[in-house]
Amino acid sequence: MTQIAQERATPLPRKAAVQAERLSWMLGITAILGFLYLPIAVLVTFSFNTSRSLTWPMSGLTLDWYKKLASNDQLIDAFFNSVYVATSATSLTLIIGVPAAIALDRIDFPGKGLFRKLILLPIALPGIITGISMLILFRAIGFNLSLEAVIVGHATALLAVVVTQVYARLQRLPPSLAEASADLGASGLQTFFWVTLPNIRTAVIGSGMLAFTLSFDEIPVTFFLTGRDNTLPMYIWSTMRRGLTPEINAIGSLIVLMSAILIFLSVMLLRDKTKPKK
Amino acid sequence: MSAPLSVRLKRAAVLSPPLLWTFVFMFIPYAILFVYSFWVQKYPTFQPAFQFGNYLQIATDPQYLRVLLRTLKIALFVSLGSALIAYPYAYFLVFKVRRPGFRLALYMAVVAPLWVSYLLRAYTWKIILGTTGILNSFLMSIGVLSEPSSVFLYNQTAMIITLIYVFIPFMVMPIYAVLEKIPKSLIEASSDLGVGRFRTFLMVTLPLSIPGIVAGFTMTFTLTFGDFIAPILVGGPDGLMIANVIASQFGAALNWPLGSALALVMLMIVLTIITISDRFERLGQGKFA
Repeated sequence: MTQIAQERATPLPRKAAVQAERLSWMLGITAILGFLYLPIAVLVTFSFNTSRSLTWPMSGLTLDWYKKLASNDQLIDAFFNSVYVATSATSLTLIIGVPAAIALDRIDFPGKGLFRKLILLPIALPGIITGISMLILFRAIGFNLSLEAVIVGHATALLAVVVTQVYARLQRLPPSLAEASADLGASGLQTFFWVTLPNIRTAVIGSGMLAFTLSFDEIPVTFFLTGRDNTLPMYIWSTMRRGLTPEINAIGSLIVLMSAILIFLSVMLLRDKTKPKK
Repeated sequence: MSAPLSVRLKRAAVLSPPLLWTFVFMFIPYAILFVYSFWVQKYPTFQPAFQFGNYLQIATDPQYLRVLLRTLKIALFVSLGSALIAYPYAYFLVFKVRRPGFRLALYMAVVAPLWVSYLLRAYTWKIILGTTGILNSFLMSIGVLSEPSSVFLYNQTAMIITLIYVFIPFMVMPIYAVLEKIPKSLIEASSDLGVGRFRTFLMVTLPLSIPGIVAGFTMTFTLTFGDFIAPILVGGPDGLMIANVIASQFGAALNWPLGSALALVMLMIVLTIITISDRFERLGQGKFA
């Protein structure tokens, strides 16, 4: 209260106070952005370091670590394993998740409450619990730990992501659309492909992309379910445990680059989708 | 259910894949986990039994209690730290930035790192805080240190910093979402009534944003609570968390019954926190919406 009185009584110092406030906001926000991006800058910068050790100042600039990556067969295998896992897991989650969201939105059935709780659980649960519970299941039924086991694990863990996003979109969709389609004589499948799906398309694509990136980066579930084949994060993890090298930084920089492109693409995609509607 | 047979068949076709999937890959695994937690370990395998020995061991062996308390403590610090950084940031975005484009850019700046591998974001702190790391080199070059110090890495502080860094987007997103929804007219009304800006914040803005803080807190807390990567990367000998202990029961220690019991304890704690925060959010909605 005294602050207001002062502000009203003395207009000149108030201007200074406003400027001081703006300056402190700027400093604070810059500090937070620094906290967010300096580590990423460090990661990228050291990928060009000539020496093996990651000490500042850098010993010199080189592209050797990137050249090494190109001839690292294990790494390339791991990358393609990850692409295989993420693509399969994403397809599976969409095939299971979209009907699940539709069921939650449109159909009443016994046990719906439990079904909803169960299917949404992995979004809140630590990945390790999904990982070990599936490890136990696969061991019990004699299913070998493999990339396929990882795919099933990822699909299960990521189901919640797809279901929440598609369900949220369905809730905003008037049921009259599907009713009108049925009145006009369309079958259930026709209505789904011609009416419902186009309306939830961005939610399906968006959640699919999110599921893909999450699967590509996943460790806790993969850790327990993978057999002899490594995914990319598991390969990086095992390399890290052997020691720090600029090679990891080079992989990291490529991932940062790839992520930046993906983010850019998804922003562009969303922008294109929203424009025609306006 | 008096719907015609064809409709019922179609419903079954939509329903059965997700129902089957959740039953086989979620319900059954959790059920087996539950059953295993009562089994006994008989090296080198384990045998069916019904006894509470595993739970008793967790409750009485101070080793487990210590790890559990440490995990709770670290998760609490990570959530608190994230909230202290995320709140001003989200507040700035909503109330101080005028240009929508700039606001979106600043928002994306926080969310974008989520697309960059978790592992790499944690790893980079190892480079920064290590004995030969940037922090040490920097402090030596400005003369604060005369030789590299090992105090920065491999301890709980390093772990807390790393985890705040990794999980902060999950705190910014919900806080931003609630702040954005607060009608500006409420704040104007408060200032029209002669209430100072700081008091307006305390009496209007802050209470209205509590649901967002709670949601962010829950996310960062549960994520930290289940993490077993950061402790290995940047945590020291006193940095092991509960997820590490569980992982080792399913790995080297090969005591699945004990591991299952520990996992169930973790599950219960996480579910309790989620339930409490759910109540809290609903309470908030009822009051202010």
